[in-house]
Amino acid sequence: MIELSQSNEILDMFDVMGSVEAGMLQYLTFELNQEHYGVEILSVQEIKGWDHVTPIPNTPEHVCGVLNLRGAIVPIVDLRLFFGMPFEPYTKTTVVVVLRVQDVTQRTVGIVVDAVSDAHNVHPDEIQPAPDFGEQLSTEFISGITRMDDNMVMLLDIDKLLSREQIG
Amino acid sequence: MSIDVSQFHQVFFEESFEGLDAMEMGLLGMQEGAPDAETINTIFRAAHSIKGGAGTFGFSRVSEFTHGLETLLDQMRNGERDVSQLAINTMLQAVDVLRDMLTAVQQGDEIDETSAASVGKDIEAFLQTDGNISSPLDTEEPKTTESTGWQIFFKPHSHLLQTGNDPVRMLQELAELGELSVDMDASALPAFSDLEPEDCYLAWTMELRGDVTLEQINEIFEWVEGDCELSVTPLSEQTVTVAEQDEPAPLVEESDPVASTNNAPVIETKKAATDTVASSIRVGTDKVDSLIDLVGELVITQSMLSQLGENFDLSRVQQLIDGLEQLERNTRELQEGIMRIRMLPISFAFNRFPRLVHDLSAKMGKQVELKLSGEQTELDKTVMEKIGDPLVHLVRNSLDHGLETPEKRLASGKPETGLLHLNAYHQGGTIVIEISDDGAGLNEEKILGKAIERGLVSSDETLSPEKIHELIFMPGFSTADEVSDVSGRGVGMDVVRKNIHSLGGSVDVSSTPGLGSTFTIRLPLTLAIMDGQTIQVGDQRYIIPLISIIESVEIKPGTVKQVTGKGEVYSLRDEYVPIIRLYELFNLTPRSDKLEDGLLVVVEFEDRKVGLLVDELLAQQQVVIKSLESNYRKVTGMAGATILGDGTVALILDISGLLTLYRQPSQQRVNRAIRAA
Repeated sequence: MIELSQSNEILDMFDVMGSVEAGMLQYLTFELNQEHYGVEILSVQEIKGWDHVTPIPNTPEHVCGVLNLRGAIVPIVDLRLFFGMPFEPYTKTTVVVVLRVQDVTQRTVGIVVDAVSDAHNVHPDEIQPAPDFGEQLSTEFISGITRMDDNMVMLLDIDKLLSREQIG
Repeated sequence: MSIDVSQFHQVFFEESFEGLDAMEMGLLGMQEGAPDAETINTIFRAAHSIKGGAGTFGFSRVSEFTHGLETLLDQMRNGERDVSQLAINTMLQAVDVLRDMLTAVQQGDEIDETSAASVGKDIEAFLQTDGNISSPLDTEEPKTTESTGWQIFFKPHSHLLQTGNDPVRMLQELAELGELSVDMDASALPAFSDLEPEDCYLAWTMELRGDVTLEQINEIFEWVEGDCELSVTPLSEQTVTVAEQDEPAPLVEESDPVASTNNAPVIETKKAATDTVASSIRVGTDKVDSLIDLVGELVITQSMLSQLGENFDLSRVQQLIDGLEQLERNTRELQEGIMRIRMLPISFAFNRFPRLVHDLSAKMGKQVELKLSGEQTELDKTVMEKIGDPLVHLVRNSLDHGLETPEKRLASGKPETGLLHLNAYHQGGTIVIEISDDGAGLNEEKILGKAIERGLVSSDETLSPEKIHELIFMPGFSTADEVSDVSGRGVGMDVVRKNIHSLGGSVDVSSTPGLGSTFTIRLPLTLAIMDGQTIQVGDQRYIIPLISIIESVEIKPGTVKQVTGKGEVYSLRDEYVPIIRLYELFNLTPRSDKLEDGLLVVVEFEDRKVGLLVDELLAQQQVVIKSLESNYRKVTGMAGATILGDGTVALILDISGLLTLYRQPSQQRVNRAIRAA
């Protein structure tokens, strides 16, 4: 677990390093209910500490509300609730990862996660396809799974995950 | 050097559409038989630049089509042809076809060939006739010698490429005219080290065989006249046979260094055009200059404040206050300046009506004079775009139902020609658009009869004339049995009113039997900023558009009645107003659920009043409307969001959406309740 000030350093570090090695994919990983997830670092706009949001009436419970991000109105989605995990009160490690989602147009959406872990380089060969659970579990948002530091990391396809239809 | 011409496409399309509008206006103003030289010149120039532009950008179908039109206009300009009503109508159709073509090209669609071909044929037919002028046209002459072909020598001057002309494109155009064989003279080409890439060193000797007129060839070289050595001579039989042994055309593609680089972008642009049909605004330089001045002032204020901040002590508080005041003034002026940039004169919306009225009045056998005034009244671009359709509907309506036929008008002692007047002016923070006619006025009896028939009013009610006029805006008051292709398009007046409401405006009608009727539209000047009333509900703040608010009242005990134990109504003077408890609708915890502790904000939507129960009224302020849709989606009951002074987001309520929510307690509302539990 690391705190916000460090999380942004991770991003900065990546900016400095640029593309580390050719052919490598770069992921930002975060924790959610003791599980590890990753999103492509190029789609991450910034990492913010949890801040007060304005709730929108009559929207699904995982939509926390909207936030003023330098003049843009950005919806914030609680990923725990979105995945049907139990709600956890927000702490000082709770962070909002602001993502750029490709829809018809580009949209900005924030997700609330338990904590940001690290940034990783992954070789495409190390990514396995998401396991098929059939009817019991939908894995269409998982673009693949990989192993990082002895943890299984689920790589999320945020364009599918955070589409307008999905957020609701 | 390769220039990506696609960056100029947007400008070309905009100018062309403007040109088409100018042509249309000119054609409509043209009198049969008595052409005004200046008008014809204007139309001709517009056609000419569209043709030239289309040719430059490689939209050959457009330039081909315009060519016929241009020839026709040229003949009229030179007095070689009379201006007949038939010709004007044909040219108007041609303008329509061109507009469709350009739209299709802009969006990368296929051009509709059928209408283009039929109008093109009409123009051809016109060109075939000699237009009542006895002197034969000189273009006819070379047609007799066309069968064999032409020998063309073309040696561009070295600076030709810098003028934006591309020999390859000309050669391609020539090749489209007929069978072309090209012999290139590369003798002037210097050594590679001395080669100036922006210069043209080549010359061509070409033989063009086929059904080609001298005029067509000159047409192609029209833009390079004076920048090249050009000679076009008819081919004799002998040279034709010799020419057949020559190398065929493909040489061209490889020989010119510009060809390969310049051709690629043209293909790409089709894709680019579909993605980036971004709208743009033409802004007067004075407006931009004033903005630059304002930004300059802002920068000065900013540097003053930052200097003040560096070594600040309490003795300089007054300076700080002054500085902040200055900052506020700068910000407000800048805001106003930027809003002005989005303002366009309403003539953009009015300009389509001369044509519409011209076409429709002819179709309906009515004589109509259209009068436009206040065309320079400025209006926000987004409002302008959305007001177009409602305006068209109202104008069609006036033409169809309002104005009478010439016979009827004469019978009732009015001049034969009816008057339709479109007027616009500013009033306070709103723009007012009036559509008035001197026709028969609304037929009150008929409207009332229909309303009774549809069950909108009961037959024993007596209504004032104003109330009767209002009926035409009722949903369900469809004029279905009067469907004509003019106004009965399935869009009723209720839709017009709804559209105008959605822009935050209103529409009213006043009518005097026998003297005509006037529709008055009131619209906010801009959609980006509005006056709002901040309210407190539970721990949340919301904004209610000030324009919807009728009044705010304290609820006294005994003024609220129950309806079947569930609904509540407040008796406001002689009306019962349903109460919507906003905290219930939004699943919030109120400060108090006693009606007496809160305030009732009475709002109006489509002539229905409802009372919104809020905890507290806060400040009235101007708010900048931000869309929720750009990053999220449309939310029922919310018109958008805004950012308050402390940086937090407040949602702006949408009254019609609130009513929808109120009427259907949806399961989504339950969803929230689960989370709260």
